Amino acid sequence: MVAYLSDTETADRVFAALADATRRDIVTRVLRDEASVSALAVKYAMSFAAVQKHVAVLERAGLVTKERHGREQLVRGDVDTVRAAARLLEQYEEIWLDRIGRLEQILAEPTGGDRP
Amino acid sequence: MTVVSMTRDPDALTLTVVAELAAPPSRVWQVWADPRRLERWWGPPTWPATFVAHDLRVGGGAAYYMTGPDGEKANGWWRFIAVEEPRLIEFEDGFADDAGVPDPAMPTTRARVELAETAGGTRMTVTSRFASTEQMEQLVAMGMEEGLRAAMAQIDGVLAEG
Repeated sequence: MVAYLSDTETADRVFAALADATRRDIVTRVLRDEASVSALAVKYAMSFAAVQKHVAVLERAGLVTKERHGREQLVRGDVDTVRAAARLLEQYEEIWLDRIGRLEQILAEPTGGDRP
Repeated sequence: MTVVSMTRDPDALTLTVVAELAAPPSRVWQVWADPRRLERWWGPPTWPATFVAHDLRVGGGAAYYMTGPDGEKANGWWRFIAVEEPRLIEFEDGFADDAGVPDPAMPTTRARVELAETAGGTRMTVTSRFASTEQMEQLVAMGMEEGLRAAMAQIDGVLAEG
């Protein structure tokens, strides 16, 4: 089975975390390359504490992991969680694919869907 | 597969589905206009839809519920914004409480259904527009639940066959 977000609460946390543009950008960035919190603070012209807060939200949602590396804290994106989030959108599409499949069956009936 | 394309536009908050159907627009119109036909395809087999009201005219509405595998019910409502037989239906689509009263806390989407005659039948374009990113996410998260339930039901079915 493809990675699903395990429950609604997790999904809520993931999407609440991704509802913020800065946090989305942080995730995209650290998926490509890990980055220290201080390097991110420079990138976004934000205080260390402000970035730290964003990272904490992302970490609770399981979208990034944080690892101490000497004096630095390195932030890395969690590919599985991001993939699971993308999968949610696909599922909305699947609802429509399924609907159209059923709709076609009705249209294919000789009576056009009238019950005999 | 007759679905020609599926386009997500996160900026415009829309999801557009285009399907080529092998029937003229008048027949496709019926699967939207006739509640008995509509309920045969709107809900998944594990959550079949029952339309209790369906008044297809501008300002009119529809009310339906979907019944889950354990008998639980999910209520929904539509409000028709544009009705031009046999080429256009636009409606708001929302959730309702157990009594069928629209639930303002739940997300509302706007769906625009366009039917165009083609050589092979009909090109149906359905554009779903979400009011905000949050609403899109909320809906998608609920879609996930539905998808998971459907998957579970399928597994149960396979297990039951031995």
